[in-house]
Amino acid sequence: MAGLATTFGSGAMTNSNNDLLGANCIFSIGSNTTETHPVIGFNIKKATRSGAKLIIANPRHIELVRYADIWLQHTPGSDVALLMAMMKIILKEGLHDNSFIMQRCENFKPFKQSLDDFDLTTAETITGVPLGQIVEAARMYAQNGPSAILYAMGITQHSHGTDNVIAIANLAMLTGNIGKPGSGVNPLRGQNNVQGACDMGSLPNVCSGYQKISEPSIKQKFNVAWGINLPTEEGLSITEMIDSILQGRIKALYLIGENPILSDPDAGHVRKALSTIEFFVAQDIFINESVELAHVVLPGTSFAEKDGTFTNTERRVQRVRKAIDPIGYSRPDWLITCQIAQRMGAKGFDFEQPSQIMDEIAKVTPSYGGISYKRLDKGGLQWPCPDLKHPGTSILHTQQFTRGKGRFMPLRYKPPAELPDKDYPMMLTTGRNLFQFHTGTMSRKVAGLNSFKGEEEVEIHPKDAERLFLNNGDKVKVISRRGEITARIKISEASSPGVIFMTFHFAESPTNILTNPALDPISKIPELKVCSVKISKI
Amino acid sequence: MNYLRLNINSREIKVKPGTTVLQAAQASGTYIPTLCADPDLKPHGGCRLCIVEVKGMRNMPTACTTIVSEDMVVNTETEAVHKERRSVIDLIIADHPMDCLTCIKNQRCELQDVAAYLGITERNLPRTIKQKPIDDSNPFFTFNHNYCILCQRCTRTCDEITGVNAIEIINRGYNSKVSTFGDKPLMESICKSCGECVARCPVAALVAKNSIMPTSKIETTCPYCGVGCMMELGIRNGKIVSVEGSRSSQANNGRLCVKGRYGIADFVQHPERLVQPLLRKSNTLIETSWEEALNIVAQKLSAYSGDQIAVIASAKCTNEDNYIVQKFARSVLGTNNIDHCARL
Repeated sequence: MAGLATTFGSGAMTNSNNDLLGANCIFSIGSNTTETHPVIGFNIKKATRSGAKLIIANPRHIELVRYADIWLQHTPGSDVALLMAMMKIILKEGLHDNSFIMQRCENFKPFKQSLDDFDLTTAETITGVPLGQIVEAARMYAQNGPSAILYAMGITQHSHGTDNVIAIANLAMLTGNIGKPGSGVNPLRGQNNVQGACDMGSLPNVCSGYQKISEPSIKQKFNVAWGINLPTEEGLSITEMIDSILQGRIKALYLIGENPILSDPDAGHVRKALSTIEFFVAQDIFINESVELAHVVLPGTSFAEKDGTFTNTERRVQRVRKAIDPIGYSRPDWLITCQIAQRMGAKGFDFEQPSQIMDEIAKVTPSYGGISYKRLDKGGLQWPCPDLKHPGTSILHTQQFTRGKGRFMPLRYKPPAELPDKDYPMMLTTGRNLFQFHTGTMSRKVAGLNSFKGEEEVEIHPKDAERLFLNNGDKVKVISRRGEITARIKISEASSPGVIFMTFHFAESPTNILTNPALDPISKIPELKVCSVKISKI
Repeated sequence: MNYLRLNINSREIKVKPGTTVLQAAQASGTYIPTLCADPDLKPHGGCRLCIVEVKGMRNMPTACTTIVSEDMVVNTETEAVHKERRSVIDLIIADHPMDCLTCIKNQRCELQDVAAYLGITERNLPRTIKQKPIDDSNPFFTFNHNYCILCQRCTRTCDEITGVNAIEIINRGYNSKVSTFGDKPLMESICKSCGECVARCPVAALVAKNSIMPTSKIETTCPYCGVGCMMELGIRNGKIVSVEGSRSSQANNGRLCVKGRYGIADFVQHPERLVQPLLRKSNTLIETSWEEALNIVAQKLSAYSGDQIAVIASAKCTNEDNYIVQKFARSVLGTNNIDHCARL
C-alpha cells in the first residue's frame, strides 16, 4: 500500500472486479487468484475466453498457468528484477506511452537512469527466466492495451515489498495503463474487510480515510470531532508491538478477531510475547491459539449476527445484515468496545445501532462522506464517494492521480533477507489453499472443507524428492533458523526445484514458526514469502 | 440508440438490435417454456422447448437462438407449437422419476413448471427402467443421474462461468451423461466444488446435501476473502440453512466459491463458539458475567498509560467495529498503537 501511496497517492485497487472483463491483457504477478480470490479468478478466465492475453508471473505452476499465454516462472523474491527488465525492454523498443508520461507523471529522468544502470543479462540470472520470455511478456503487456495488472501477497510479503509495488506502478505509468477501463494496478486484498479496516484507521499512523495524525489540521479536526487531545506520536505495527511486549514497554493488549500466533512470522516469538504480557484481553468468536493465552476473553458475534458494512478489494462498501440472533451471550464487537469505553468514563460511545456509527464515519471521513445505510440498501458504493449525490468511483486516477502527478520512482534490485545456503539449502514460500482460509479459525470448523484439505502438505518438486529419498505422504521435519515443524510430503511439479511451498492454515503444522520476520522498512510487512529451510525425513 | 420493432402474439414491442426472441418475449412479460436457457449462459438451443412460429420462416425456430429482425411476427402460443413442445416433454418424462412429492426439488423444479404450463397430466410413453448411478462423493452436493435431463446447463456453467471444465457430456445418444474426465467420481476430478452448476440445475440432478427450505432470506456480504461477494442467507427457525449468491452486487454478479456457498453455517453455528465471557482464575479460563468481565477490562486498561497499551483490530470485523476500536484506542486509551493483519 505504501508503494502505491508514494507513486499514485492512493493505495487501493485502481479499477474494479468486473473491469477486468474489458482488459485486452491481464498481467498477474504474485497472486494465485483462482485459489485465493476464486470469483475474480472466474473473471480472469472469462476475459481470456473472449481473447484477452494473460501473462502469469509466479514461481509456482498455479491453475491459471493453464489459461496463460506466457508463464514467467521467476525465483521467489526476484520480482523487481523481472519488472525492471520488462520496463527496460519497453523503453528500448519504444513501446512506452510518451504523452502519458509527459502529461500525467513526474520524476521520469531519475527512473530512466536507474533502468540504464540495470543489465538485462543480470535479470536473467536473478529471475531464472530466459530473456526471450521476458521480452515476449514486455511486448505483450505494452502492445495489447488496455492492460491490467493484478497482484497480491506474493508481491507485498517481502522485505522489499514496497519496491515490488513501486516497480508495478512504474510499469503501469510507463505504458499509460492507468485511469482507464480495462487497465490499472489492482492489489487484491486478502481478507473480507482488510480494505475497510485500513479505511477506518485501524493503522498506527492514520485515522479513518488515511488522514495523517501527524498533520496539525487533521489532529485539530479529530480533537474537535471527538472532544479529546489526539496523541500525535505514530503508533507501532503488529510486528513492532510483539517486540515491545517482549521488551516490557507494552504491558497491556486488546486483541480483536485475530490469531497472530499462526498468522505472524516467527510464531515462537509471538507466543512468548502473548504468554508474558501483564494484561491481555481477547475478543473473538472462537478460542484459538492466541486467545487461549488471554486473561479475559470476550465473545464477539460472527458477521451473520450483526449489522454493519464491509469494504471489498475494489473499494465497494456493502451491507452486512443481521441474519440470526447472537449465539449464546455473544455481543457485536462495536457494542463490546463501546461498553468498555463507557465504563472508562468516555463520551461519544453511546451508539444504539451501527447505522449511527456510519453517520459519524461519513462526517469525519471525506472518502466515505456520501455513504449511508439508506443508500447502501439500494446497492454498494465504491469510495471515493464524497457527498450524498456522488455515485461512487469505479476507476481511480482518471483525470489526474490522487497525489496530482504520478511519481516514477527509481529502483534497485535487492535480494530477499535470507537466501538458501549450505545449512538451509531450500527456499520456502507460503500461500493459501482454496478450501481453507488464513489460520483456519473459520474454515476448519467446516467438515466438508476439511475433507478437501485437512492437513498441511509440503509441496516439493520430484527432483528434490528423489534427491532426499522422499515419497508422497512421508512425514518430514522442515527446519529454519527460527524453528521446526512436521508435515507430510506432497510431490508436485507445481514448484520449481529448490523451492517448497506450504500454507499457514494448520495449527498442527504452524508454518509461521519457520518464516522470517524481516520487515519491509516502509510498509512493515514481514517477508513471509521467502525464507531458507532444510528438510529431514522422520 | 435505434430499436427494432417486432410483434409477439399480436403485441408490438421494441427491442435493441441483437436481442433474441426469447429475451424479447421475457422482457415483454410473455412466458416461453425453456429448460436449457440461463441468463448467464450463451444461447444453447438444446431443449427445443422454446420453439415458436415466425411468419415467413420454415419450421419452428428456437426462440433462444433466433435474433430479432425488423418487423418480425412471432407466435408463441399456437396449437402446432404446443404439440411439438408436449412431445419433447413426453420424451423427457419417459426417462424421469415420477416421485415429485418426495423430491427435494418439489415446487422448485423447472420441469414441473414447464409440464404444468403445457398441461401434461399423464405419461404418453412407457417408462424406461434403466437405473443410473448416483455420485455421492462430494461432501456438499450429490449428482443423481436419474433426474438429469441433459439440458447441459451444468456443463456450460463449468465452461463459460467458472472456466474449470470439470464436467462434460460423455458418450452418445441414449447413453449420453454428464461426467468427469475418465468418468471418475466428482471428488477425483478437477471440480472446485463452487456449486455454480448446482445453483443452475433445473431439476433434482445436482442438489446440495442437507438442503432445508428456508422460511426467510437476508442479503449480506461473505466473510472470507476480499472479493466481497454478496449472498442471501436462508434462515429457518433462527438458523442459517442455505446460502445463495446474490445477483444484486457487481462484486460477484451472483457467483460464489466453495467457501462462501458451503462454508458459512458450519462455522457460524459451531458448538465451539464462545458464548460467554471468560476470566482467567488460577490459570484456567472460567465463565463469568458480562458485568464482571467488562468492569475488569475497563479497570485494568485504565491503570496503564497510552504508550503501554497496544490494540490489534480485525480485518474480519465490520467497518463500524473498526472505526469504534480505533476511536477507542486514540481517544480513550490515548495511543496510536493500533494495527491489524493488513500485511498478512
